[in-house]
Amino acid sequence: MRYYDRLVFELSKPGRVGFSLPDASEGLAALSGIDSRLMRSVPARLPEVTEVDVVRHYTNLSQMNFGVDTGFYPLGSCTMKYNPKVNEEISGVFADVHPLQPESTLKGVKTVYDCLGKSLSAITGMKKFTFLPCAGAHGELTGLMLIREYHLRRGDTARTKVIVPDSAHGTNPASAAVCGLEIVQVKSDASGLVDVESLKPLLGPDVAAIMMTNPNTLGLFESNIKSIASMVHEAGALLYYDGANMNPLVGVARPGDMGFDVMHLNLHKTFSTPHGGGGPGSGPVGVGEKLVDVVDSQKVSGFHGNFAVMLRALAYILMLGRQNVGMVGRLSTLNANYIKESLKDSFKLPIPSVCKHEFVFDGLADDGSDGGSRPGASTLDVAKRLLDFGFHAPTIYFPLLFHQAIMIEPTETESLETMDAFIDVMHKIAEEAKKDPEVLRSAPHTTPVGRPDETAAARNPILKYSFE
Amino acid sequence: MSNIKEGLLYSESHEWVYVDGNVAIIGVSDFAQEEMGDITYVDVPCAVDDVVKAGEDFGALESVKASSDLYSPVSGTVVAVNAALDANPAAINEDPYGAWIIKIEMSDTSELDSLLKPAAYAQIAK
Repeated sequence: MRYYDRLVFELSKPGRVGFSLPDASEGLAALSGIDSRLMRSVPARLPEVTEVDVVRHYTNLSQMNFGVDTGFYPLGSCTMKYNPKVNEEISGVFADVHPLQPESTLKGVKTVYDCLGKSLSAITGMKKFTFLPCAGAHGELTGLMLIREYHLRRGDTARTKVIVPDSAHGTNPASAAVCGLEIVQVKSDASGLVDVESLKPLLGPDVAAIMMTNPNTLGLFESNIKSIASMVHEAGALLYYDGANMNPLVGVARPGDMGFDVMHLNLHKTFSTPHGGGGPGSGPVGVGEKLVDVVDSQKVSGFHGNFAVMLRALAYILMLGRQNVGMVGRLSTLNANYIKESLKDSFKLPIPSVCKHEFVFDGLADDGSDGGSRPGASTLDVAKRLLDFGFHAPTIYFPLLFHQAIMIEPTETESLETMDAFIDVMHKIAEEAKKDPEVLRSAPHTTPVGRPDETAAARNPILKYSFE
Repeated sequence: MSNIKEGLLYSESHEWVYVDGNVAIIGVSDFAQEEMGDITYVDVPCAVDDVVKAGEDFGALESVKASSDLYSPVSGTVVAVNAALDANPAAINEDPYGAWIIKIEMSDTSELDSLLKPAAYAQIAK
């Protein structure tokens, strides 16, 4: 990989162009009616470059990138599955539609929404979906607002609390707080599941909902979900399902059948639409029978969400078909357990039970420290060393329950050969740590950028290019 | 092994308290700063004269790893907030027992009885 760190502005030379534009003076004259306060006094500092400059610049940058099209990307909690190219083809077919064109001309679009809604309902057991939310956390907020509205409509104004497990994704308490609700934490038991005994006393007439992801962030299936659901419903509260970990359940089990009332899906995770780097996402919210009226009357709309993402998700579902969709959950679960079992001698496995789509190690079994002057290798060091072998690092230091957490999610995408190659490298890194942890502590050795100073970047961020 | 300073009281959420008459001076323990890693931002939105309750959060510390809430070990009225930490959050990493975060005039000094002595805190700070 060749090191390349230029900014397109650094390539700029005054007057250099890639395209000859017609004389603009006539057009500028037509703008004379515009308030001068709204006009630029100085021309925008656009880079002046030739076409080949632009092509080489972005091609060079793209070659420094790592994506699921380049290699294995076991980023836990993110479901970095392969995004089939047919999705892109299909989404391009609808490139010319506009949200403001007359509804009578959008029959095909409506069919896409209907068909995707039905498919997602079949997969999740929810009655109805709304497609507005553009990301998972956006879906959480929408879902919580629906829950609040549901209680208010029953004349119940006392429900101001949301229960969140200590293993939850950070977005859960954040969404609840943005929704104006108070967060109450319920702890996990020794097996990593929601502690039912601790949950009981928290339930009461002031609880609006419990937010859960199942399997949870340790990749463990909340096997008490049915009894949790009846406890929560008995207390008059609702169950919210965070769909971030839906992948192992696809075609196998349905949140609706477990008793969840509201949920979101991350189409960009579970349904193979591109993500990472900020979007575009899609977080449709599904509701059970109780909340269908609320969704219908609240008009959760505006525009219609990220339509091109929905097209990709629908293409993915239809390409799998009813007979193959169940392989998603089964294979992603099998793959995660295969890696977990293959590596558990080299890495600490705090919760040894069968996992679903992902699992968590708590650092190296032997970090190589001698208890004195030789410091050991941390989880961060393992992650950095993986880059030298051409693998993306897994998620690290999450969930917070374990201090050296390494969270691995292979998805159903990967072949046995790819996983074996990853397992070999992880064993090799563990051996290196035992012999000479410094090899890990100074990694990566082969990437264009070594260890960026994250502390300096957080304390003194430079957010703007200085032309001078 | 982290440093646990004598002469202070500790909370289970890793804040330390130095009792100066009626005023509680509060910071976070060496163990806490070690666990968090490099602290990048000290977020204490409360101001002098605000009332805080024991066990409730009065702010948060952000590090490169995570954001952690700060819980007040005592109830009372805020008498000072360490504004110097705005510009220099690293002071907490460098000198956790010198870098106080907030001072609270206590409304109920009996709350101090439920805090941990250094020996007891050593049992959980590991």
